[in-house]
Formats: sequence, C-alpha cells, structure tokens
Amino acid sequence: MREARSDGCALVTGASRGIGAAIARAVARDGWGVGVNYRSGRAGAEAVVAAIESEGGRALALPGDVADRLTPDSLFAALEEHFGCPVLVLVNNAGISDDDLTPSLSDDAWEAVIETDLTAAFRFTRRALKGMLRARRGRIVNVSSVVGLRANPGQANYAAAKAGLIALTRTAAVEVARRGITINAVAPGWIETDMTAGVATDLLSQVPARRAGTPEEVAACVRFLTSDEASYVTGAVLSVDGGLAA
Amino acid sequence: MSVTTEQVESRVIETLASFGPDISQITRTATFEELDIDSLDLVELAQVVEDEYGVILKGEDMKQLKTVGDAIDLIVERAGK
Repeated sequence: MREARSDGCALVTGASRGIGAAIARAVARDGWGVGVNYRSGRAGAEAVVAAIESEGGRALALPGDVADRLTPDSLFAALEEHFGCPVLVLVNNAGISDDDLTPSLSDDAWEAVIETDLTAAFRFTRRALKGMLRARRGRIVNVSSVVGLRANPGQANYAAAKAGLIALTRTAAVEVARRGITINAVAPGWIETDMTAGVATDLLSQVPARRAGTPEEVAACVRFLTSDEASYVTGAVLSVDGGLAA
Repeated sequence: MSVTTEQVESRVIETLASFGPDISQITRTATFEELDIDSLDLVELAQVVEDEYGVILKGEDMKQLKTVGDAIDLIVERAGK
C-alpha cells in the first residue's frame, strides 16, 4: 500500500465483482481513494470497499447504472465531494453481454450492449476530461476485450461495442495527449469471472497459454496504465489474453 | 446575472494566457491562430465560460470565432440574454 494521495481520486465502473473489483483493489493500493461503482451488486461493492479498507486504502461504494445518461455527473459529484479532490483516474469497466448469432440477435440485445459497453464509456470519458483538462493530467483506461480484435461467433453486439471502445480510446487519446492525459485500453481474453462462468466457448482451447486468466492479471495491467510511470503510453491497446490475439 | 464586458474580457484573457501565449499579446484584435490557441484550448475556454457565466458555447459557436474580441462579444451577448 502506497501513501494516500490527496491530489485526486479514482473511479472504477462496474466494480462490485470480477475484473472491476480486482481493478478497484489494485488502484487503491497505489494510494488513490476509489469510487467502487455498482448497479445491482451492492453486497459485492461493499465487500470490495471493506477489502480495500482492510488493506489501509480508501474507497466509497457508488450505486448507479452507467447506461443512464445522468449517472456520470452524479457519480463524479459524489466522489469529488467525498474525497475532496478531482477524479484523475477513470476506469471504464462496466459491461454486459447478451449473446446470440447475428441472424437472430434482437434490437434490444444490440442496443443494451452498445449503450452500456460503449456509449456509457464515452459519457464517462467526456465527463472525466473536464476536470483532467483543468488539472493538466489524468488517466483513463477502457476495459475492451479480445473480441474487439478478433471474431467470436455469437457476440456481434459485444464485439462491436468493444471494438468501438478501442476506436474511442485511440481518438480521444490523441485529442488530449498534449495535456498530460493518457487514455488506453486493455483487451482481456478469457478471464474467469461470473460473466464467463458456464459460457460455452471454444476460445479456451485456442489460448496459447492453455489456461484462463484471472481478474488480478488484468487489474495489474490497468494499475500500470493508471500509474505515473505510464506517462508516455497513450492510445495503446494492451492485450491480456495469454496470447490469444497474438 | 449581468456581467460587464470588462469582466468577461479580463476572464477570457486570463484563461487564454494559461494556455501559453504571453499575456501582452492577447488583445481584442489578436487571432487565435496568431496566439497558437488551438481547438482543444477553445473547448477549455468554453468550459470556463459555462462554469462562470452559465453560457453554453457549442463547437459550432467556437468555430466561428477568429479573434479574442469575437469570443468576448459572443459571451457578453449570450450572458445578457
């Protein structure tokens, strides 16, 4: 655990479980006060906050559906009020999937996934940049996916959202690079979480590392990208997939 | 809220100076191009103006602006409405 930072705080969306929970804990170890956003997993978010506090860190559970367009303003206000400093680290992690083959993929499934996995990340990024431009620094990490880089049948909506997230990452990164703000993406492969539990896939057999990844392995990469040391890395997509996209 | 042209002028000049140009160069007739003020700087200026005066300047508003005076006049006009 590093010394507590008072210059800024961090927000991780969708942090009540899985990859988001691991990211919140990892970022907290760097001394950031962390907003642990959740939609329905209140108990999970509170457990993440308790785990961070037991390690000497600071965290705040923040309810809110990222797909609601009013959520970014309300979460940023609550977090900045609580920690008394601007959000200098944003991790857009919240995501859903609703799989089906393209010929039978419903409009609702398409729209819900695009809204939560892509549009919400844009709105949170836009909101975060306000303060980061003023501060002349900031770190944004978008949690994309290997399926944004290579095909996985049954996930046209999820893949389109995750590929869109990579394009958003690159474009926004070059727009604000001269202000000391970095925007990067990680592209996890097959990671053992609630989201992937029980999902039938032939992806695992294609992983060169011959195993699934852990949320902590993704979180370590996100933590690096949010660190002061990663100041010259921007617009990058870091695959965390055991070689799947290589 | 009523604001005077002088107040807006002083705030705009102060904000533009924070982007790099020497404050002595920032006159009403100076163009953003001459001052090396780019589109991202103007986005930031718009945010300051929104926070201070409640005036929302869109991207298309900012594109019309060529000089420092253009920006000041637009803000004063909108703030007076």
